[in-house]
Amino acid sequence: MMTLIQQLIAPLMLIVGSFLCLTGAIGMLRFPDFFTRVHATSVTETLGAGLILFGLIFLSDGLVEVIKLALILLFLLITGPTAVHALAKAALAAGVVPDGETKKISSQTNGEPPLKR
Amino acid sequence: MRFRDLVAVVMLAGLYSLIASGLFIVMDAADVAFTEAAVGAGVSTLLMLKTLTLTGRYKTPKTSRHIIAFVSVALTGGLLIYGTHDMAPFGSADAPSQNHVSRDYLENSISETGTPNVVTSILASYRGFDTLGELFVIFTAGIGVLVLFDGTGARSTLRPPLADHLVLRVVTRILIPLILLFALYVQFHGEYGPGGGFQAGVIFAAALILYSILFGAAAARRILSDDETRVLAAIGLLLFASVGVMTVLMGGAFLDYSVLTEDPVAGQLLGIILVELGVGITVASMIFRTFLEFEDRQCADEAQK
Amino acid sequence: MIAAGALIAILVVMIIALVRAFLGPTLHDRILSINVLGTKTVLLIALAAYLSGTPGYLDIALVYALINFVSIIGALQFFEQNTSRGPAQ
Repeated sequence: MMTLIQQLIAPLMLIVGSFLCLTGAIGMLRFPDFFTRVHATSVTETLGAGLILFGLIFLSDGLVEVIKLALILLFLLITGPTAVHALAKAALAAGVVPDGETKKISSQTNGEPPLKR
Repeated sequence: MRFRDLVAVVMLAGLYSLIASGLFIVMDAADVAFTEAAVGAGVSTLLMLKTLTLTGRYKTPKTSRHIIAFVSVALTGGLLIYGTHDMAPFGSADAPSQNHVSRDYLENSISETGTPNVVTSILASYRGFDTLGELFVIFTAGIGVLVLFDGTGARSTLRPPLADHLVLRVVTRILIPLILLFALYVQFHGEYGPGGGFQAGVIFAAALILYSILFGAAAARRILSDDETRVLAAIGLLLFASVGVMTVLMGGAFLDYSVLTEDPVAGQLLGIILVELGVGITVASMIFRTFLEFEDRQCADEAQK
Repeated sequence: MIAAGALIAILVVMIIALVRAFLGPTLHDRILSINVLGTKTVLLIALAAYLSGTPGYLDIALVYALINFVSIIGALQFFEQNTSRGPAQ
């Protein structure tokens, strides 16, 4: 049972996790504005990092290692989404405007283009 | 490529720390990577950002070009790069640094000090005097900040800028005890794994700074008041120095912990733990206090406007 | 073997994040990419610890997970305090 997990499921988790991280990175590079980039990275990152760490938990055998990896997983699961949520909120408050909203807002401000960063 | 926005520069400096720490790990220097992670990426980024709040975020553009400055910088840089050719290759067995005392340390650390992590035994025991000097430097730097900033005696009453972020506040409340627990683990596990008093102090201070960012300096001062941080910073240093005086009184050399107990190895362990504790206390209280002083100054500046 | 592949994938992600950190264009983009780099460094260290068989590295990964969060919060605090002021002339 354990060997099945170690030989099949753990590598699968690593592969899927790295794939998710890569897609997130491509999204971060190619997406048009800040908010879509936040979306691309944070969503994939949470699952991707989780899967990689879970895979490592299955692969490692010492109890201390497993506990430490589980702690890292816990920290990342808590802090990652929180930090990104706060970041997106701060960006909105600071006046970063989503791309699709540009037109809508400019019609409200009498045709003047809003501050697009 | 030139950045006028100094915040971008600070963020990139933090990034550089991240990558440097990865490099240290590749070179198997776990303790150095640990310090770089805690100090370079964490606390110094925080303090530099705090400085920018006081001094302004944008560099004033300069058009003048200093040819002499450029030439001398290029010359020095070129000489330094030329000098690296004489350095022994990484990991080479006959590099000067491998052939003096370091072999002794590596071979005798466990039998003499009972400490598996050689970095800790070198820092706290073999080279304890140097570490005491470093702690003095940190203490003096902290005193310097206090002299510069605490003259007005103003206390920050600023509303914490992240007060509206409910999610952050809730999550941080859960996170801070875990960070403090981890700092204690780093403090007292330094003999066996990477870590020690310095890193633990920085992590401890980072937790307190996090609290002060989210709940305000006044709330943070209720945890550790100014008098307490001042006394604690001195106590840590005194603990270190008095362990040294103690060893002299008990008939050994300064900071030779073997005489502390009957068994020399147990004495070494006891000495290392005490000394690391002193380092941790001083570093944590000094960094935390420095951050609070920056906050006070900012509050005083805004009141003047 | 697969862990080594994951390590390389993480490295590629870090390079892309670096590119985004340099491109900007907003400072929030830079913070985002530093956040990504931080979590990726944690994963990198965890994978390196597994590959090299030194569980001591996991402590560093742990400290990174914490410190990364603290420095992101510090940067956010800076922006909340300084959004009202424009660039100095």
